[in-house]
Formats: sequence, C-alpha cells, structure tokens
Amino acid sequence: MTANTSTRSPEPGTPAIEVRGLHKQYGRHEVLKGIDFHVDAGQVVCVIGPSGSGKSTLLRCVNRLEEPTSGEILIEGIDICDRRVDLDEVRSRIGMVFQQFNLFPHLSVLKNLTLAQRNVRRRSKEEAVAIARQNLAKVGLSEKESAYPAHLSGGQQQRVAIARALSMNPDMMLFDEPTSALDPELVGDVLAVMKDLAQEGMTMMVVTHEMGFAREVGDKLVFMDGGVVVEEGRPAEVLSNPRHERTQSFLSKVL
Amino acid sequence: MTRRQRGLLVQVVLYAALAAAVAALALLADWSTIRQNFWNPDGVAWTDGNWGDLITIGMVNTVKYTAIAFAGGLALGLVLALMRLSPVAPYRWLATAYIEFFRGLPALVVMMFMGFGLPIAFQWTPPGGTVGAGLIGLILVAGAYMAETLRAGIQAVPKGQTEAARSLGMSPGSTTVKVVLPQAFRIVIPPLTNEFVLLIKDTALLFLLGAAADQRELTSVARDFLTSGPSAGTATSLIQAALLYLIITLPLTQLVSWLERRQRRSVR
Repeated sequence: MTANTSTRSPEPGTPAIEVRGLHKQYGRHEVLKGIDFHVDAGQVVCVIGPSGSGKSTLLRCVNRLEEPTSGEILIEGIDICDRRVDLDEVRSRIGMVFQQFNLFPHLSVLKNLTLAQRNVRRRSKEEAVAIARQNLAKVGLSEKESAYPAHLSGGQQQRVAIARALSMNPDMMLFDEPTSALDPELVGDVLAVMKDLAQEGMTMMVVTHEMGFAREVGDKLVFMDGGVVVEEGRPAEVLSNPRHERTQSFLSKVL
Repeated sequence: MTRRQRGLLVQVVLYAALAAAVAALALLADWSTIRQNFWNPDGVAWTDGNWGDLITIGMVNTVKYTAIAFAGGLALGLVLALMRLSPVAPYRWLATAYIEFFRGLPALVVMMFMGFGLPIAFQWTPPGGTVGAGLIGLILVAGAYMAETLRAGIQAVPKGQTEAARSLGMSPGSTTVKVVLPQAFRIVIPPLTNEFVLLIKDTALLFLLGAAADQRELTSVARDFLTSGPSAGTATSLIQAALLYLIITLPLTQLVSWLERRQRRSVR
C-alpha cells in the first residue's frame, strides 16, 4: 500500500469511527434506537445480527449514505454531520464495499478503479493506472483489467470492488455483507482478500454473517438486534459464551 | 362434426373468402387507370420524373431537419429531465409544467405559433425563416417527450450505482455525468430511436408553414408535384414520397426492435 494521503493525522487514541447516541427513523419506524459504537484505528470490528436488526443501516450511516435522524458520527474525531464538513472528502477516505458489488457496468475493470482516483484525488492517468494495477494484483485479478464487470463471476466482481475502494488509499473500510450475494464456493476468495487486508492493519467495519471470519479475523464482535447493540466483546467470547439471551438464541440458529 | 373438423372448415372458408376477394379485385380493377393515377410512368421515370427533386431536395431536407430537431430536442430534454429530478423544488415544478404543457399541445399549433404567431405579435421572425421557426417548434415539443424518456432512463439506473460513486467521494455532478448518464443513455436508446422515427414523420408538418423551393422537405415536394411537373393531376408523387419515407423509417423501426431484443437478453 502506498502511504496514507490523508491530510490530517488524528490524535493518537482517537477512534477511527465513533458513533454516539445514533437514532435513525424511517417515517414512524425506528430502525436504530440509540447506538453507541466505536472502531479503533487498525481494528477489525464485525457486526452481526438478524436481518432487520439495523446493522446495515448503522454501517451506511457511518459514511452518511443514510442520513441519521439524531446522534453524532465522528470519523477520526471529526463530526461528519456538521454542515461545514466536506462530506465528499470524508467519504473518499472511507472505502465501502457493497453486498451487490455495484461495479460500474459501463466501464472496464481498470476504469472502475481509476475513475474516482482521477475525478476525486485528481491523480494523473499514469499514477491512477499504476495504483489500480497494484490493487488488482493484490486481489489476484491482474489479468482481468480490461474485462467488463458483466463478464466476471460474483466473487471476482466483489474483489474488483474491494480493489476499487482500496485505490483511493482509504483510512478505513466498510463492508456491507460482502459475501451474502455470492455463491458459496466464491465466498472463500473474497474472505481471503479481506483477511489479508486485516493483517496489513486496515481499520475495518464488517457487517457479516460469516461467523468463521468474525472469530478468526475480528478484534471485536458486535451483536445487534431490534435497533440496539445487545452485546459486544472479543469474538471468541461472544460466539462461544454469549451472555445475553437474544445473542444465545440468534447464535443457536446460525452456528 | 367434431370440434376439430369444424375448426378446419372455418379456416378453409376464411382462406377461400380471402382468395375470392383478391381475385375479384384483380379482375375487376382497371389496372391502366390505377397505374396512370398512382404510378404515372412520366412521374416515376428515372430521368425527368419526380425522383430527382423528391430525393435531392425533399428526402435530404427531411433527414437534415429531423437530425436538427432530434439534436435540439435531446439537449432540451436532458436539461428538463435533470431539472425534473433536481433536489431544488422550483426546478422540478418548472420542468413538470413545461413537459405537461407541451405534451398536451398539437405540435402543429406550437410550430404555427413560432412561424406565424410570433412574427405577427412582435414583427420578429425566428432565425431560418419559417423552416427555422417550425424546427424550433418541433424542438420545443420533442424536448418535452424526450425529457420523460430520459427521466425514466435515469431512474432505471440502480440506486447502488449512485451510492458506489458517492461512497468513493465523487460529487453529485460527477456521479451524474460519469456514472448515471452513460448507463441511462444505453437504457433509452430504443425509445429514443422511436422518438427519432416520430420526428421524421413530424417534419412533414413543416409543409404547412411553407418554405423556399430548395428548403422543402419531402411532403412539400410531393405536394407540389400533385399540381405541377410530369405527373401533375395524379397521386403518383405521394406514393413516391411514401416509399421514400418507408426507406428511412423501416430500417430504423427494425433497429429499434433489434435493440429491444438485445437489451432484454443482456439484463444485468
């Protein structure tokens, strides 16, 4: 990875992501009911929970793809709900990987990786291409740079999506159920890439159903249900010795 | 009789009736009169017939005017579509009002307003004389229709595309231009081609505004050959114009259905 291009270096000890008292309401339906949550720099935090528990909404609030109803979201100590904050600049430092990949279907793999580098980072074409190729190599898809997304398998598309996010040299990565739309035999490749990334020290927030990944790679596991954080702790502990009844019943269904 | 036999009998009777009708027409028709009036030998002659003006003036101008109206309508339609999807409410209202207004009017009324109404009211003629005025009218109306087509195309681009672009830090403008519009245009190629065919036919309305001899489109040239030229007094020139229209439109309508089939196959 190339050096961090971020202009500000946060105080040591400041969490990469800190969420305080977050509420999110759709009409009268309250999806998040006061979430306090943080991810420290270099940490891998996995968020699990039944569907409808609000875990994806929480993740999407972190880069404000969802507008929080109330509460604070601090990225490296900066409140991104503040109107004076340049949201595009903040987002460019937060990589995001979607369940449905969301590659740009009208662009080749290489163009998918260079578009935002050129457009947001204002990198030269040569530099953008060089960085794109580094990241394609990292996810093991160097030979696919001129392919179009439609010609790739789901697993390959997701790895390209990870490479696309990495090409912005983000300070942290958000993963929204990155393997849920994949055929089972393709999940392993994507998880392997994510594991490499974690071992390089990338700060990661991962909404997932992959308990094995959470146990092996995660530094912290957060269990959500009904719009609140029910339980959190070291993954091995939460998974093998859940304290809360709701956690127990959820884990008994998925493990 | 079984149901199947009855069905067969009905089919035989239907075919027989059709054959009898065709035969009667062929026998009873006065072919020389028909030919004289609808495919007059002097009118359809390759040299000194109607083809020269019909093609080099009429057809060429029809294609030219259609291209101008299409390009203008597309540019106007794009602006209107983006306004309609704007987060700024007054833009949405303006665009909606415009679209509803011009889609509710006959194109001919708008064209006559530009060609006759404005010059009468303000002693001002739009550039290009009556043809230019008519084309502006066509553009104003076509833009309203194309705006709706483009809006549908933009809205058909999955929301995840915008989210992916914004999550990379791209601005709303860059997202629209680099990510959403290229995909939206691909979605609307078939309906836009259809719009093009409709415009080809609408250029015939320019005839009603009048034009200098070498600015006439196909219908105007054909109309003039009804009363002058080698086949004057017969409908020959209209048949010829019809054929020339079909030469332009049929390949395009085929292209539309081919594009639509291809698009259905390659749904992501």
